[in-house]
Amino acid sequence: MSDVVLAGVSVAYDGAPVVCDLDLSVASGEWLALIGPNGAGKTTILRAIARLVPFRGAISIGSRALTELSSREVARQVAVLVQEPQMPVGMTVSQYVLLGRAPHLGYLGKESARDRGIVREVVRRLSMEELASRPLDRLSGGERQRAAIARALAQQAPVLLIDEPTSSLDVGRQQSVLELIDQLRREQELTVIAAMHELTLAGQYADRLALLVDGRLAAVGLAAEVLTERAITEHYRAQVRVIQMNGSGTAVVPVRN
Amino acid sequence: MTATVAVSVVPERPAALAGMPRLPWTWAAAGLFALVICCAVGVLVGPIHIGVGAVLQALVGGQVDPGQANILWSLRFPRVVLGVLVGGTLAVSGAAYQGVFRNPLADPYLLGAAAGANLGATLAIAFAPGTSILAVNIVPLAAFVGAGAAVAGAYALGRSVTGLRSATGLILAGVAIAAFFNSIQSYVQQTQTASIRQVYSWILGRLVTAGWDDVLLILPYVILSAAAIFVHRRLLDALTLGEDEVTSLGIPVRRVRLIVVVAATLGTAAVVAVAGTIAFVGIIVPHAIRLLIGRSYRVVIPLSMLFGAAFLVLADAGARTVVAPAELPIGVITAFLGAPFFIAVMRSTRAAAL
Repeated sequence: MSDVVLAGVSVAYDGAPVVCDLDLSVASGEWLALIGPNGAGKTTILRAIARLVPFRGAISIGSRALTELSSREVARQVAVLVQEPQMPVGMTVSQYVLLGRAPHLGYLGKESARDRGIVREVVRRLSMEELASRPLDRLSGGERQRAAIARALAQQAPVLLIDEPTSSLDVGRQQSVLELIDQLRREQELTVIAAMHELTLAGQYADRLALLVDGRLAAVGLAAEVLTERAITEHYRAQVRVIQMNGSGTAVVPVRN
Repeated sequence: MTATVAVSVVPERPAALAGMPRLPWTWAAAGLFALVICCAVGVLVGPIHIGVGAVLQALVGGQVDPGQANILWSLRFPRVVLGVLVGGTLAVSGAAYQGVFRNPLADPYLLGAAAGANLGATLAIAFAPGTSILAVNIVPLAAFVGAGAAVAGAYALGRSVTGLRSATGLILAGVAIAAFFNSIQSYVQQTQTASIRQVYSWILGRLVTAGWDDVLLILPYVILSAAAIFVHRRLLDALTLGEDEVTSLGIPVRRVRLIVVVAATLGTAAVVAVAGTIAFVGIIVPHAIRLLIGRSYRVVIPLSMLFGAAFLVLADAGARTVVAPAELPIGVITAFLGAPFFIAVMRSTRAAAL
């Protein structure tokens, strides 16, 4: 089981609180979207779950406390897809995906045939065989995002944290990346926690939405419950219409008076 | 079980995935070949002609003219071996600094490591000549302390001023530290006139007075340094990712950085302690390998050892012949070739970060 539970989690940067006393639980296999205005603490929560930032309170993954795990154990439980992955110049897609095997190797360990086999499977699953020997700096934006997903998948962690998976993609590529993540989640029974900017897409792909404001949880629930005109107007200071589209989600449409 | 079960279906081994990191064996062979050729040139070049046959005879312990055997065993062989150790170490240390600091211009000289080692060694030569602690000559130890202080200073200064990611901040800090250390070193040198000649010839870099003593002096440090960097080559590749990404892979970033920097500094210090200032090998060699062969540290580290060693032995042969019977300091040859290359690297790093 790989449910993620946060109890009374607080994070401060240089003494300034960013996340305050947060309680949140994500079921195994669930997709939870973290939404909220800029600076609400979405990325910080992801960093805390990946233990990239010190926190107070308790975070557990599959009923094991995060603080009891070694760094490598954390990395075997939690894969992170950062917002703008660093794409080292000249590194091939295969080499990059192979780095995802690091948590399964000893400090000075060497990748085994099995590790290379897993990389091959992941690259094939994402239909990137043709790009395998291409340097990362010669990939398009959508291909880079797929390479980053491949690297995270090679980690074989049951929990996948994603920060703004679609921030620099056009609407078609946004949909195809999110569809891919959703398929992979179902195939590999991943628990997905994603900070998402696009409210309509968040509502369409995530099982539940958690609305964060100033480091606190303002609302959590289904899209129709969280994405209300009142909540969005209040917290985002935006003028929007929320439209329920029979069976295809909740649309949040900006309006101009 | 008495019967053996015949396995009829052998799982087919799937084709290897393209683009996996590996050392191209053709280049490894080419590096070895270049090293052997350069060593041969290094042994054969000299004011007294000694033929290939005599060299081979001497190597296998055959019958050789005693005069020639003496020249080979006490002058040319140790000098070539020292060149191999110095060149390989400078190139690998440069590659390691570039990886750890994510900075294509990092090298033992620009980071101030060599200036620090220079100062440490100068102090040891001027004030405590011939001293040893527990039977270990203090010159390399003093050089290591100086080099470590310089690298730590450059790192702290560069980080506090412009942050780790800035290529220029670290280099500027290194240049400032190097200038400061050099000024102290010049002062010591001027006031200790007894040792000035010895120190001066050594600053320009030399393998001149090399004998087996120098080789044995630095051998343990050089082996330790090269081995430590070599086993970290996979992790150096991982360090090219962003800070959060490497950490989220469970890699202890700080430990990797510390071990590799200490190893590179140890190797640099040992080499500077016996050979003085030999600039640009740490830049030229790793960058030529990146441009021509590949950027993975699994390629750059082992090939830097081979080509760095070959390059320095060849440069030393040049230093001995260009103005024969006099000798040029080897640092003059490496800098003459290195400076134009360095400029080319600077121009290309505007477009592509390491």
